[in-house]
Order: sequence, then C-alpha cells, then structure tokens
Amino acid sequence: MFMLSTFLTVALKGADVPTTAEKTLDATLRFEGVDKHFTDGTTALTGVELRVAPGEFVAVVGPSGCGKSTLLRLASGLDAATGGTVHAPVDSVGYVFQDPTLLPWRTVLANVELPAELAGTAKAERRERALEALRLVGLEGFEKQLPRQLSGGMRMRVSLARALMTRPSLFLLDEPFGALDEMTRLRMQEELQRIYAETGFAALFITHSVTEAVFLASRIVVMSARPGRVTASFDVPFPHPRPAELRYDPEFGRIAGEVSAALRGGSQ
Amino acid sequence: MSADITTRADVAVPVADPPSKAGSATTAPRRRIRPAALLTPLGSLAAAVGVWYAVTYLLLSPARRFLVPPPDQVLTVSFLDWSHLQPMLQALWLTAQVALVGLLIASALGVTVAVLMSRARWLERSLYPYAVILQTVPILAIVPLIGLWFGFGFTSRVVVCVLIALFPMIANTLFGIQSVDHTHHDLFTLQRASRWSRLRKLELPAALPSIFTGLRTSSGLSVIGAIVGDMFFKQGEPGIGTLLDVYRSRLQSEDLFAAIILASLFGVAVFALFTLVARLAVGSWHASADRP
Repeated sequence: MFMLSTFLTVALKGADVPTTAEKTLDATLRFEGVDKHFTDGTTALTGVELRVAPGEFVAVVGPSGCGKSTLLRLASGLDAATGGTVHAPVDSVGYVFQDPTLLPWRTVLANVELPAELAGTAKAERRERALEALRLVGLEGFEKQLPRQLSGGMRMRVSLARALMTRPSLFLLDEPFGALDEMTRLRMQEELQRIYAETGFAALFITHSVTEAVFLASRIVVMSARPGRVTASFDVPFPHPRPAELRYDPEFGRIAGEVSAALRGGSQ
Repeated sequence: MSADITTRADVAVPVADPPSKAGSATTAPRRRIRPAALLTPLGSLAAAVGVWYAVTYLLLSPARRFLVPPPDQVLTVSFLDWSHLQPMLQALWLTAQVALVGLLIASALGVTVAVLMSRARWLERSLYPYAVILQTVPILAIVPLIGLWFGFGFTSRVVVCVLIALFPMIANTLFGIQSVDHTHHDLFTLQRASRWSRLRKLELPAALPSIFTGLRTSSGLSVIGAIVGDMFFKQGEPGIGTLLDVYRSRLQSEDLFAAIILASLFGVAVFALFTLVARLAVGSWHASADRP
C-alpha cells in the first residue's frame, strides 16, 4: 500500500511538466493495474500502473525478464492484458523493435512507405511523408539502397523513419539501440532526442542502460523482475533538446546514480 | 569520443554513420573465373575420358567392346553425323517441352497448395501426408495407371513430370512461408494488414529464396520425369527417352552414349538456368548471393 501511494505521488509529479490537472487525466497511454499471465503459467506483469502524458518521454529500465517488452506489446495491442485496463491510442502507435525488422527485398524508401501502404494511403502522399521521415533521420540520398547495403546504425534509422512516417501520437521503442556499438549508440541517442524535440511525440522507451534512459527521458520508471511491476519513478528535469555533453553534467550523474540504486534494490 | 562532445545535439546535421559510402557496396563482389580455376575441371574431364578409353580397350574384349564404344567413335558416329544427331536434337526438344510444361504446372500447383496449407493448420495436416506419398510412391508403380487415364502420349509424359517435380515445390514454399520472421508479422499486424496483403507483401516475397531452391530441385526432377515419361508413353513424336530405348534395343551403343550425354547436358543446362534465374530474382537482397 505504501508502494502504491508513493508511486501515485511520483506519477502525478512526473506528469506535471506543465503543471495542470487535466494534463494528468489526458494521458496518451494509461496502464491501470495491468496483469499479464502467459498460458504456460508465468506471470510477466502484475499490478502495473503507468501513465505517459502527451509529449512525455518515459523510459523504462529493469533487469532482464521483468516484462519490459510485454509492456510494449500490450500498449500496441499486439497482446491483450489478462487483468486491469490498458488505454492506448492503438491506431496511432509507432513501434520500433529491437531489430530494425526491415524487409530485405524492399529499398529503404519502400520500407519506410510500408505502414502507409498497408493503411491504403495514396502513393504520392506516402512518398512525400516517407521522404520527410528519411530527412528527419538524416538518410537523404539513401532511398534506393537495400537494407543489406547499410550499416546497423543506418538500418535502425530506417526503422525509426518507418515508425515516424505514421505520425504516431505514441512511440514505443523496445531497446532499439541495444545491438549497436557504443559510438553508434551514443549518436543514435542524440539523433532520437533531436527528433523528439522536433516532433514532440509521447514515447515509452525500453532500455537496459541507465545513462541512455537519463539522457533521453523526461521520466524514468524502474521495474523489478518476476513478476514485473513498477517500483520507482524519477523525473529528469533537463529541458529538450539536450546537448551531448549533458552526459558529463554532475546532476546527470546524480540522477543516474539514484536510478541505478533503485534498480539494484528492485532486483534483490 | 571528442566528436560526440563537440556535436551539439540541437544542430540538426544528419550524420551518415560510417564514413564508407554505401554506394560502393551496391555491386556485390563478382567472382571472376581465373584461367587457373578452369584447369581443375578440365583436368578431371581429361581423366574421365582416359578412364573411359581404359575401360574400352583394357577391360573389354574386342567382342564385347560394343558395350562401351570409345569416345572418339561416339563423337564421329553420332555427334558429327547429322543424320544421327538431328533426330536426337529433335527428340531432345520435345522432351524439353514436356519438362517445361510439367515444371510450370508443378510450380503453380506446388505454390498454390503450399499457400493453402500455410493458411490453416488443419489443411496442412490433411494435405501434407498426400504430398509425402506423392514423393515416396515409386513412379514406375503408377505408370500403368497414368497410361490408362491419360493415354500414352504427351499428356501422360507431362503428368509423370508433374508428379515427380511437385513435392519439392510444396515443401520448399511451405518452409519459406513458415519461416517468416515473427517480428515482421508483428509489423503487419500493427498496421492491421489484410491476409491478402500479408501474403503478397510479406509471406511470398520472404519465401522467394526457398521457392527458388524448390524450383532448382524440381527443374532437374522434371527433366528426369520427362525422360522416364518418354520411355513409357511412346505415342506421337519420340522424345529423347524414347530414343534411348530404341538405341538400346538395336544395340546402337554409340548413339545410346551420345543420347545419354545429350540428356545429361540438358539436365545440367536446366539446373544452371534456374540457378541464374534465382540469382537474378533474389540475389540482390538474399544472402544466397554471397555464396559462390
């Protein structure tokens, strides 16, 4: 009970970027007491309370196997919760998977166009939006390349562009930079937060990396493992856009330290 | 590291990841055949001809030499004599037509059946056993039945082809469709893609490399099917299989050897053709293009 009340105050505090009551009510994504049991008997999530306000960037950190990815599958409607309610704008979701998941036979442009193509958007319009999305991720001039001709980082950019082109109100990112090397990873973080600052979507970002979470998010949610539940929530007060050197700011380090401590506490 | 510190995040300068321009990777490294690389197969060919001569002149007594005529005799009697070669080429052309028609039918039917099987588990469970039976039943055992049902001409030859070539098409297409990455499926589910666009834009393109693997196997098999068909269904114009049987019965061993060589070369050519087609169709994006 104490956990819950703490969480609620933190959640209310976290959502008040501009402090208004209706901002909290008007959440883009809302998990209320969400449980997820699988048919094999494992419990992935239990009693998850989570809110993402419009334009809010929420990062979720937690140990492996704490159901972080399940959270995204529920938010996108790919899976259904077994208990509680999920309020999500399922028709306006951009999903970025752990892998770029590009169709290898399609060019970069055709890959980015895919969501609009499946939605039946007119050719001229989807082309225009795809080109705009590619511009946004810095891949102008690569439209005609095939995925296998690109580096891992560039493929992930294409994947970002594909999710962006649907102009989602909610962005779901499942450890998108986990497979990249450190240099590329840092650069992609900077790119992503630049795009976030430019477009202002709401985001739920899953990651293993505390520093990645602090650098990108306006709020960080810590989860514990088996069964997965939310144990703490931290505000990250730095305004967007954030410069790369923010990573060396003492305040940045302090927040990262607190989140890490909460993460250790939760996994024990 | 210093680059990251100096790159202000609010300066929206798109940075293409590695400095290596991706354009240079457009052309996959082409394997050039060096003269030295040709020496080994030529050497093995020479050795094979040598063994052939040895068998003819060292192993066989003159009275039995007709069983394996020497290579030069096959060359002069059959290949260089137009009156011998011409009927063989004509027969080969007919067999090629049978094989091609059979392969076309087997491909269309095989892909269709595989797609149906991939739609529903119960369909797969009820159809797959018959596909396996098709593969395992000795074709010679059902030849009489085919003759009774479809006559003893072109149609029956094609039927034999289809029966032999069908299974690899079904099995490979089904495997390709079932191997589609589940996150790719998620991607289509998120966009509420219809079953039809999922099939057309995801499953069939993803299965294409497997389909071509099946096509390569089936193309070879349909040549075999056509030759076997020729041997049993002899009405109408003779195919190369018909001629093989005729040469055998007349003890025309030079012609028999020549016809066997022609049929084999044709099989190799068909296989090479479909390897090439596969490379042109999926080589640009599929990893099989990296294989020699």
